[in-house]
This record gives sequence, structure tokens and C-alpha cells, in this order.
Amino acid sequence: MLTVQGFSYRHAGATRPSLMDLDFVLGDGEVVGVVGANDSGKTTLCLVLAGLAPRIVGGTLTGRFSIDGADAQALRMHELPALVGIGFDDPATQLSGVAATVFEEVAFGPANMGVPRDELIARTAGALESLAISHLAERDPARLSGGQQQLVAIASILALRPRHVVLDEPTAQLDPSGTALVGDALERLAGQGVSILVVEHKTDLLARVANRVVALDGGRVVLEGPARDVLGDAALVDLGVAPPSEVRLRRAFVAAGLDPARLEAARA
Amino acid sequence: MLGGIVGPLVLVAAAVLVPAAIARVVRPLLRAVVLLALPIGISVVVINLLFFPAGQQVLFRIGPVTATAEGLVFALEVVARLVAISGAISLFYLTTTAGDLTIDLERRGVAPRLAFVASASVQTVPAMVDRAAAITAAQRARGLDTEGGIGARLRGIVPIVGPVILGALGEVEKRTMALEARGFSRPGRRTLLWHPADSSAQRVARWLMVLAIPAFIAARAAGWLA
Repeated sequence: MLTVQGFSYRHAGATRPSLMDLDFVLGDGEVVGVVGANDSGKTTLCLVLAGLAPRIVGGTLTGRFSIDGADAQALRMHELPALVGIGFDDPATQLSGVAATVFEEVAFGPANMGVPRDELIARTAGALESLAISHLAERDPARLSGGQQQLVAIASILALRPRHVVLDEPTAQLDPSGTALVGDALERLAGQGVSILVVEHKTDLLARVANRVVALDGGRVVLEGPARDVLGDAALVDLGVAPPSEVRLRRAFVAAGLDPARLEAARA
Repeated sequence: MLGGIVGPLVLVAAAVLVPAAIARVVRPLLRAVVLLALPIGISVVVINLLFFPAGQQVLFRIGPVTATAEGLVFALEVVARLVAISGAISLFYLTTTAGDLTIDLERRGVAPRLAFVASASVQTVPAMVDRAAAITAAQRARGLDTEGGIGARLRGIVPIVGPVILGALGEVEKRTMALEARGFSRPGRRTLLWHPADSSAQRVARWLMVLAIPAFIAARAAGWLA
């Protein structure tokens, strides 16, 4: 469980905090979606929850942040990957730069953690299989498309088998089938008790996988609640977030004077 | 008189060309050696041929400049050494993948961080070439002349080199975070996924090359390779 209380973070040299007075809990097996416009603090939140800020990027953190009851600030950097896995929006910068094949790339993290060789191979093969990219195992990761690299980057996180996963726009470069694969993987992880925080502009994906959604604006939480409620909130558009297609369709029905219940009936 | 040329060339034949032939990389090796050694080689030959201070035996004269045999021999010695150095470096890059290098260094007890630096530097070259190609294409699309005369090409270097270097520096923080998020700073040994093949013949060849170093030094000291 990730717990954040009275939590603020200011980047080094910044005039105002990027995150202010956050309070939330990410429970085991729960998927929390984070939405918001650019510069609303989404990426910063990911960096802080993964322990990279302020450790690597500097800045000032105030408030309480615990991982499974332990003070996150007291943990050492190398202890964090087994607890919190993080994926960034730019997959190219997530490649290790030393792996000649995708298999070695995905195995890089657990190999660093000293996972025994047989388990390392099993984990790597399993992570590739879960995202349907086993056929890429022998390819040079630097020569893959952006979408393929993104799936490899996510597989690299899965191979670490962290208890919590933080993903910053994991489907930014993926086509609909790739996005669906990521959705499958997230659902499977959540089913295994892994807690997941996923920043996404594709609200359709959040409508499918998220239990709760948090909307950020100017570093503050402005909407929070069950995914269906937040994604259906009319204020979301004002925050620069496009609602899921289902919500837009329902609104179009209402605007056209049609009964939205017919949508539910049609779906049934 | 040609003793200073024979040594490096024998070394190139034994330690570079023979392994390159076995690895079937002679052609790319020769291409790389020419690319690496030719620009410096030409300037070395021109300067020493025409301006060697201790030159006595005149080969030809061009106005006030005199080409001497001593200058030519000295230049050829330097070029032979350049070929030996560039040949060894090229052979290494052509036959050693970054993964092989990392794993073998770690297997021999080198700290993972050092092994990573050595390996990442091998990988950086093609990544920088790709980045430079992308930036060149982007700058061309904005009207930068990269195919005109020498003056135009020289003017085009700054708008390409600047973004290449700044972009690479900008990625350092992201790369650091990505590595830390994957346990790179964890103390202790990493699990090695595989071991590179290391046959008896390879081990014998390596030891012979190591033993050749004091042998060459001794031969040189004895005046046999003077």
C-alpha cells in the first residue's frame, strides 16, 4: 500500500511547488488513474512515488509518504525497484543502452537485483509473453519502433515484479492493439494484488482498468473518486482532459434529445 | 632503415589481420582503418616528407621545399603505428558486442558500474550517429544547406552538432532515472544471463599476445626492431 499524507514537492529552483497538499492511498490490487493537463504535476507525482524525486532529480519533499508502512524517505535507492516499478512516457530513454537483445533488456532489472538465473529467465520470458512480444526477444531494442520499445519498457518493469507500479503515459506511442495489451497486463497485475498508478490521456483505457481516478490541476487534487464518476464529471473537460468515448457518446445522445438509456440497451 | 615500420606491420598482421580473417571482418576492418588513419596519415606524410628537420637525402624539390628520404621513412613509421592502433581499435569494435564486453568484464570481477561505462560507450556511437542523422534531416527540412559548397557545409555543422550534444546531455538525467529504477545502483554482484564463449584457442591467443608485449619491448631494447 502506498500512502501519501500532506504531501508537497518543489523542484529545485522552482518558484512554486509542483505538487501541493496531496492525500491519498493506493491500495493493494487497486488501479488508480491520474489525469490532468500538461504541467499539472502528473509526471512529478510519478517520480516522487517511485523514489526518484528528490533522490535523483533534487528538490524538496514535505509531508508523509510510506510504502507498505515503511517511511519511503528512509529507504535506499537500490531497495526501491523491488517495491515500486516505474515506466516513463519516452521508452527510448528507458533502454539500458547495454543490451544487444530485447531479452537481455527485459532481464536487465532483475539481473541487477541478483535474481537467480533460472528465475531470471522465467521472469523475462513471462514478462515478454504477457505483452505478446516474445517474438521480439532476439531483436536489438534500439532498432524497434517507438510502440515496440514502449512494450519492452513495460515488460522490463513487469520482470522486476514490484509490489507497486507507477506508469507515466504507458501507451503514449501505442496503437489500439498495443494499448489493449497494456490494459490486459494491468488488469492481470491488479488481479495479482499489485497496486497500480497510471497517468493517462487515453481515458478509455482508464475507464476500462481504473478503480479510482484522480484529476490534478496546478499540482493539487481537484477531482477524486470512483473512475466512472470522475471520468463522467463535466468539469473534466475544463481541466484539459477528454472524457472517454462512452461518456462523449452519452452526452451526444442527450444533446440530440435521445434517451441515453438506449445506449445501455444497445450494448446489452 | 625500415625497422620502425616492420615492427608495427608484423604486429598488425599477427594480432589484427589474422584474427580479423578468422572473424571474417577483413573488409569492414580495412574500411574502418582507412577512415580512421587516412586523414591523419596524409598530413603526417606531407609534413614529414617536406619539412623533416634532419633530412639529408633529397628525393625532390618543389620551390623552396625539399622532400627527404629520412622524412618519408619517419612518416611511414608513424603511419604504420597509426594503422596498428586504428586496426586494433576497429577489430575490437567489429568483433565485440556491448553485451559480451559487459558480461565478460563482470565475470572477471570488474564492478558492474565500470563494466556498464565501458559497454555503454560502445553503444553510444551508433546512437549518436542515429541522432545526428535525425537532426540533420530536421535541419534540412528547415532549409539548412548540407550538400552545397565547403563553406555552406561548414556553416551547417553548428546547427547540427549543437542539438546532438545538448540532446545527449539532456537525456542523461532520464537515463539515470531509468537505470536507478531498475536496480542499477544495488551493491553486490548481478546475475549473469549467459557466459560468452571462450575457447582454448582464444585463451592461448590472448596469452600469446600478452607475452608478446615484453618480447617486443625486449627485442626493441636489444636493437632488433630499431
